[in-house]
Amino acid sequence: MITQDVDLEIRLLLEAIFEKYHYDFRRYGGASMKRRLVRAAGRFGCRTISALQERVLHEPTVFPQLLEDLTIQVSDLFRDPSYFRAVRERVVPILATYPSVKLWIAGCATGEEVYSYAILLREEGLLERTIIYATDIHPPALARAEAGVFALERMPAFSENYQRAGGKASLSDHYVTGYGGAAFDRSLRARVVFADHSLATDEVFAEVQMVSCRNVLIYFDRALQDRALRLFADALCPMGFLGLGSRETVRFSAEARRFTEFDRSERIYRRA
Amino acid sequence: MAEPRIVVMGGSAGAIEALLEILPALPAGYPLPVLVVVHLPGGQQSMLAEVLGARTPLAVIEAEDKARATPGTVHVAPPDYHLLVEADGTLALSVDAPVHHSRPAIDPLLESAADAYAEGVVGVVLSGASADGAAGLAAVRRAGGLAIVQDPATAWSPHMPEAALREADPQLVLAPAAIRAYLVSLGGTEVRR
Ligand SMILES: C[S@@+](CC[C@H](N)C(=O)[O-])C[C@H]1O[C@@H](n2cnc3c(N)ncnc32)[C@H](O)[C@@H]1O
Repeated sequence: MITQDVDLEIRLLLEAIFEKYHYDFRRYGGASMKRRLVRAAGRFGCRTISALQERVLHEPTVFPQLLEDLTIQVSDLFRDPSYFRAVRERVVPILATYPSVKLWIAGCATGEEVYSYAILLREEGLLERTIIYATDIHPPALARAEAGVFALERMPAFSENYQRAGGKASLSDHYVTGYGGAAFDRSLRARVVFADHSLATDEVFAEVQMVSCRNVLIYFDRALQDRALRLFADALCPMGFLGLGSRETVRFSAEARRFTEFDRSERIYRRA
Repeated sequence: MAEPRIVVMGGSAGAIEALLEILPALPAGYPLPVLVVVHLPGGQQSMLAEVLGARTPLAVIEAEDKARATPGTVHVAPPDYHLLVEADGTLALSVDAPVHHSRPAIDPLLESAADAYAEGVVGVVLSGASADGAAGLAAVRRAGGLAIVQDPATAWSPHMPEAALREADPQLVLAPAAIRAYLVSLGGTEVRR
């Protein structure tokens, strides 16, 4: 890999991707983006990012693969159990006072977070009154989320998370197994709308009582974080909830004053 | 003779012992930010800041996304996130794939620091049982920074320092007590390289 001028080449590549494919990665965190692109270039056998750009522009199979690298699809059911316990014990009782609830899960990846909420809301008797908007920029991930099938070997860890998150029954009550996979009960997604939506380029589409956006903002630079948090503040009803990833905070954002802390350690905020 | 602007350190097995020999000597008001990655098994990772903080005059905190790398503060990588530093001096976390089977890993921290601070980086690879950190320290060296490796003879697990010695051609190979003295001297009035 030739690293001279690599920052310049990255800017040009991201500009090219935006112009040609309308995915806007131009304001993602620089350090992680650089690592990902340098490694991807290596994997594609390119000596420079410019060489990768050439392939991204002219070989139709390259961009979808690169998109896979640029959108890190790591997720778990009930990731950070204490977060979901706080949602169950502290947030849901307040949501239950609304006649109907809209929940926006932004950056839902392959759906683990969606099923976590659906199960939790069902057990709390709120799912039938809820609409979940599950959005992401990666269409294959959305398709997998909609299918709702996860590898069997992930289930023991998911079950443990579920229990630690205050699960009321057994996780296996919510799925059936077969063909090496666990298929979640389709009624869990009867109230879910899956949609392609980018926090970088799209606008608010509904008023919601809660936004859950976990481990997505860490991809973004400050300016793009501000944009995303502005969308959330605009989408939330007054006193609506915002849940972030366990190491994310609104504190360093220009939008910070639009939120108040609700659960400091679990990173749950309310719209001011 | 570039001014050092940031200290980045990493290790795995045996690194806590080394850090407990080094960090407590850094005086309150230490003029550089210190960023630390230690591989630890799941549950223990969350204890790291507490363990180090209890013995150190500096504030030891778990790194938060977009927080500023602050002089006189030790920022440790939280469990299950890589820690990186951006060119504007803010910290970044990522859930990208593990590196050398580890998240957090040392290479992303050292490489990003080399990128962001070039010759202003002091990189330290401590005791550890994988080859993580070697590529990162090599990047620090290439960028003109100062590469320090714990003397493998003093390391509980010499694998990591040995890999860094092979790959990064460090300027200094030191026992923890000497690393401590060196880092303390960086905070003195006459900062010397
Ligand atoms: C690490 S996953 C987080 C999954 C899940 N929220 C969790 O915490 O387990 C990050 C997700 O953010 C999505 N993403 C990245 N950029 C985005 C954008 N501009 N708008 C919406 N989603 C985005 C990625 O496609 C990926 O699925």
